Amino acid sequence: MPETDGHGASIELENLTKRYPGGARPAVENVSMEIKAGEVVVLVGPSGCGKSTTLKMINRLIEPTGGRIRMGGEDVTDIDPVGLRRKVGYAIQSAGLFPHMTVAQNIALVPRMIGWPRARIRARTEELLDLVGLDPGEFHGRYPRQLSGGQQQRVGVARALAADPPVLLMDEPFGAVDPITREHLQDELIRLQHELRKTIVFVTHDFDEAIKIGDRIAVLRERSHIAQFDTPEAILTNPADDFVSGFVGAGAALKRLNLTRVRDVEITDYPTVTIDDPLQQIFNRLRAAGTNEVLLLDRRGRPYKWLRRGDLMRARGSLARAGTLVHDTVTRDATLRDALEAVLTDNIGRVAVTGRRGEYTGVVDMETLLNSVHDMLEADRLDALEHQQELEELRAAQTNAEQEGGGSVTGVGGFGGTR
Amino acid sequence: MTAPGQVRTAPEPAGEDEAEAPRTPPGPPPRRVGWQKLTVLPAVLVAVLLATWLWFEQADLDALSRNALSGGQVSKALWQHIQLTAISTFFVLIIAIPLGILLTRPAFRRATPVAMAFANMGQATPAIGLLALLVIWLGIGRRAALIGIIVYAVLPVLSNTITGLKANDPTLLEAARGIGMSPVGVLTRVELPLAVPLILAGVRTALVLNVGTATLAVFGGGGGLGVLITTGITNQRMPVLVLGSVLTVVLALLVDWLASLAEVLLRPRGLQP
Repeated sequence: MPETDGHGASIELENLTKRYPGGARPAVENVSMEIKAGEVVVLVGPSGCGKSTTLKMINRLIEPTGGRIRMGGEDVTDIDPVGLRRKVGYAIQSAGLFPHMTVAQNIALVPRMIGWPRARIRARTEELLDLVGLDPGEFHGRYPRQLSGGQQQRVGVARALAADPPVLLMDEPFGAVDPITREHLQDELIRLQHELRKTIVFVTHDFDEAIKIGDRIAVLRERSHIAQFDTPEAILTNPADDFVSGFVGAGAALKRLNLTRVRDVEITDYPTVTIDDPLQQIFNRLRAAGTNEVLLLDRRGRPYKWLRRGDLMRARGSLARAGTLVHDTVTRDATLRDALEAVLTDNIGRVAVTGRRGEYTGVVDMETLLNSVHDMLEADRLDALEHQQELEELRAAQTNAEQEGGGSVTGVGGFGGTR
Repeated sequence: MTAPGQVRTAPEPAGEDEAEAPRTPPGPPPRRVGWQKLTVLPAVLVAVLLATWLWFEQADLDALSRNALSGGQVSKALWQHIQLTAISTFFVLIIAIPLGILLTRPAFRRATPVAMAFANMGQATPAIGLLALLVIWLGIGRRAALIGIIVYAVLPVLSNTITGLKANDPTLLEAARGIGMSPVGVLTRVELPLAVPLILAGVRTALVLNVGTATLAVFGGGGGLGVLITTGITNQRMPVLVLGSVLTVVLALLVDWLASLAEVLLRPRGLQP
């Protein structure tokens, strides 16, 4: 049984197969995959490719007809499925909350089944609601129909995490909520995973979601055949075949922007003044600065306005009327795509980076963005080349081994694809 | 003001900024048993009973009528009737609900059409004919009457139990299994509670049916308010007939009203009324 110390357990699938009676071909055929402890692996593929079936075989909601499943090194293919499922978190589309139970009762289900004492369950419920960003006092007594879709989904995730399982299976969990809420939930999941380090297997048909969430992505084609299993960067820059590149879709370079955060690029300093500074000092600053602009901060140090040299003259020295308002800022955790978006909307050629409480910490300008994207793509290309070489060597070694001993070599994590 | 990336560090509960959040007050929704529901029907029933009593006060009854109504015979018939209804409903429940549960389990699902055909036959047979057959088979007595009533009322409860269990969202049941509930757990904690409204509707139908069919128990020698009605008809004594009918109707309406209250009170909280 996988240990439940709060951290992930590894999962190995070995030649997993599901054949339905009467079906000409298996629904899932010979899937082999190694998922490391604490890793987020996204299964992505067109509908009907068997990705959900594969996921449900991991907690044996669907019994495999062939192959083995190992969790934390232990073979769980034949153990009691009910016991197994209590140790594997499960979250599904539209949350699957039980409408006749309150939020707290829904979350407490698994801890109650495995016999936690009452006080511990109560404390855990509060903790989880807090963790998924819902106020425990307000929400714990509510019924699911009194919640919005996004809130239900949060409770669904909380329920899956309730007994602190090392493994979390998520079957298109954000498929039924609107795009804005989905973005929020994805961000929250990334934040949660940062803290929890679970092993997460996540199914989606949305490649952008896969890029955003996955440490590694398995692109599946029909019968769950793995077309490519690799990091998002590698898949974007070096798709294994036409199927994968077709699935990645257009704009791979743009999607690459989603994978890098503002903190990874150079954040430069910029001349600033605060709203309380005397006008004379602002004038001096404007003149002294090499650029034609300074950033005006409000009393709490947050970016407020961009001031150009002529602005103050035109506004006859009134700070309230001068300059253009800062519309958009980014945090250090924002993606480069967000940063580019902000640069484009503000029409200033740069975007202010803010800290936790919205205070100014620096700026990123267009040039930095362009350069880092360029460098990034270049680096990816080099990586891909190296990777390919390694693969070829590996394959050569494999062929050698097969010729010599005839022993089967099962799929190694990160193998480039089945061509 | 903030870029989408802001969310990752903003600690405020995102529940707040989802515009679609319903602004309902926290806490469970109150159960709605309006004062009309509580008062109107009982008031009507009391009025009907009062009117009947007043009518009896001024009516001059002949010896035969008086004989039929004297010596606690009315209350005895009424009590027998209530007993017939209660006992038959009890057996209907312990037969139909477990049977309905069994017929929705994967192993027995194939038997559902057969069982439904039998239940349909039970109800399609005219109750009086069924009773006659049972009397021939089991002899005169309360047992034959009870069995007749039960056979007649199994169908609504059975079909509602099956419908209620089948109407449950399969993804919800999969979620229940997925988080590690045993089959018994899924049944008792998810399937049955969610099916309660439909099952209760079936029980309510069965109760009202049973009050009605219990009037036929007299033909099997089972007593009940049917005694007054048949006496009234065979002896052509209107007051006796009217009293029997009025009491039956009042009892049926009262039982229906109680069942409707039970439906409201037993419906799991959180389900849409």
